[in-house]
Amino acid sequence: MKILVCISKTPDTTSKIAFKEGNTKFEENGVQWIINPYDEWYALVRAIELKEKDASAVLHLITVGGADCDPIIRKSLALGGDEAIRVNAESSDSFYIASQIAEVAKQGGYDLIFTGKETIDYNGSSIGGMVAELLNMPYVSLATKFELAGTTATIDREIEGGEEVCEVTLPVVVSCQKGVAEQRIPNMRGIMAARTKPLKVVEPAAVEALTNIVSFELPAPKAGVKLVAADNVAELVRLLHEEAKAI
Amino acid sequence: MSVLIFIDHADSHIKKGSFEALTYGADVAKQSGIGAEGLLLGTVNDDLASLGKYGISKVQQVSDEGLNNFDAEVYAKAIEEAVKATGATIIIFSQNQTGKAVAPRVAAGLKAGLASGAITLPDTSNGFVVKKPVFSGKAFANVNISSAIKVISLSPNSYKVNTGEGTATVNQLNISIAAPSVKITAVHKVSGEVPLTEADIVVSGGRGLKGPENWGMIEDLAHTLHAATACSRPVSDSDWRPHHEHVGQTGIQIAPNLYIAIGISGAIQHLAGVNRSKTIVVINKDPEAPFFKAADYGIVGDAFEIVPRLTEEIKKLNNA
Ligand SMILES: Cc1cc2nc3c(=O)[nH]c(=O)nc-3n(C[C@H](O)[C@H](O)[C@H](O)COP(=O)(O)OP(=O)(O)OC[C@H]3O[C@@H](n4cnc5c(N)ncnc54)[C@H](O)[C@@H]3O)c2cc1C
Repeated sequence: MKILVCISKTPDTTSKIAFKEGNTKFEENGVQWIINPYDEWYALVRAIELKEKDASAVLHLITVGGADCDPIIRKSLALGGDEAIRVNAESSDSFYIASQIAEVAKQGGYDLIFTGKETIDYNGSSIGGMVAELLNMPYVSLATKFELAGTTATIDREIEGGEEVCEVTLPVVVSCQKGVAEQRIPNMRGIMAARTKPLKVVEPAAVEALTNIVSFELPAPKAGVKLVAADNVAELVRLLHEEAKAI
Repeated sequence: MSVLIFIDHADSHIKKGSFEALTYGADVAKQSGIGAEGLLLGTVNDDLASLGKYGISKVQQVSDEGLNNFDAEVYAKAIEEAVKATGATIIIFSQNQTGKAVAPRVAAGLKAGLASGAITLPDTSNGFVVKKPVFSGKAFANVNISSAIKVISLSPNSYKVNTGEGTATVNQLNISIAAPSVKITAVHKVSGEVPLTEADIVVSGGRGLKGPENWGMIEDLAHTLHAATACSRPVSDSDWRPHHEHVGQTGIQIAPNLYIAIGISGAIQHLAGVNRSKTIVVINKDPEAPFFKAADYGIVGDAFEIVPRLTEEIKKLNNA
């Protein structure tokens, strides 16, 4: 079995978000970078668990980005995986990124492709679906549980107000979220091993991006909180009803 | 050239997010002076002609029973066929669970640019630009779609449903449907609860509530308000509440009309998922809790005293 996990580099969750060059670019100065939490905690860890159960399984990681992504890829390899592939391109829109991943995946012949449910920077929730379409593979999104028996995957996926259980025969693309696995901390052995694991750098396929970000905005600041005394809950209800018209 | 709006359904009924998408799609069409049509895959018990009141002239339906079993691949192929059959150039989805599964597939299949989670009508003065939240709600990006065919998925609770006069004609589309490769074997719905992603009002609890045994008062308040319940990450990590209630940067991002945060400190990762709520109320015993800075209304005090009182006062209002 061959598994491919898509990894993205995102700003740390505590990062202060700011923009530069007339609000057209993200201010990277002072930003700490992490593995996108959904990719790391759920997609990657579940793939590692599958490999731990099946010694013959091969686990590859892929990212689309410049050399600045290498520390993130090494960190991912420290958790697990046999080798990593970096498509050497500035990641632009989701179609561009998905096309690069699909190109590599076509040659790799993967049975299982995992992504996180979204990245915490651009929140597109679109790479998994696009990769699946480009490869003509089934897609199960927003998975909260993933089990494998032979070539049959049983997956719980989020729906409005609940979950549905579905069955699919490999190959399949799955986007992962909470419930699929538990976060792991890399150990010293993993970190040492990651240093010598292969990181292949491949050049991008010629693909045109279909969208571009024109500018960024920060939310308007709140006007300030109106405090109501703890013994005057009726006043809060009046404000919510008459002023905010929220109830 | 027309706008095609995907109409999503579950349990034989059209979902709320689709009414927002229909209104939005009809407005996009009006703006560009083109027609708007809906697309329904499968069958529902609702009256399709009445969807004209959202501003669309036609509902295209593919009444294949097989489509009542959701498979993103089969759906995407059917939508791509429908786009070709109708000559649509702009395709609209609600960015709900179905939209997240299908819109990217359709976009890639049609080589169409995708703006996911849009919250505004396109600005066509210089390109085709929609605004969407990024960095999990900490900022917004204005995204230009440059391809000939465009796909927009509309963030739930971001566009006001509008109804007027009008009926739609219903047209049966003849599209052959492939057998699904994903088989749904069971559905677990949390009965009696308002789905979090569709809720107008959300009551949310944090670690300040001390333990799962104290959620009765949260559920009472939510019930009185017809609200959904949510929680902070440590609460779901400790299994006090189910995973699907976890909101924030690494959970679900929501934008209800009213968000009531009880015993939640307001960490940056929590705020990221909820700060697009129209009105935020914070109940916290610590006057220094960071959440007050992001709130519209607040009470400094003990949740165990305040929440039951709040429920009583809202009952009085409901009965007035
Ligand atoms: C990578 C990463 C991602 C994260 N993602 C998320 C996320 O998506 N969502 C999320 O929520 N968190 C997330 N977190 C965690 C976040 O940083 C906070 O730790 C978490 O939100 C705190 O939860 P809390 O407010 O419930 O608990 P606490 O911070 O412990 O706050 C409890 C609050 O309750 C108040 N309180 C106590 N007793 C009472 C009482 N009797 N009455 C009224 N108030 C009372 C206290 O004053 C305090 O403000 C993330 C963290 C990291 C590092």
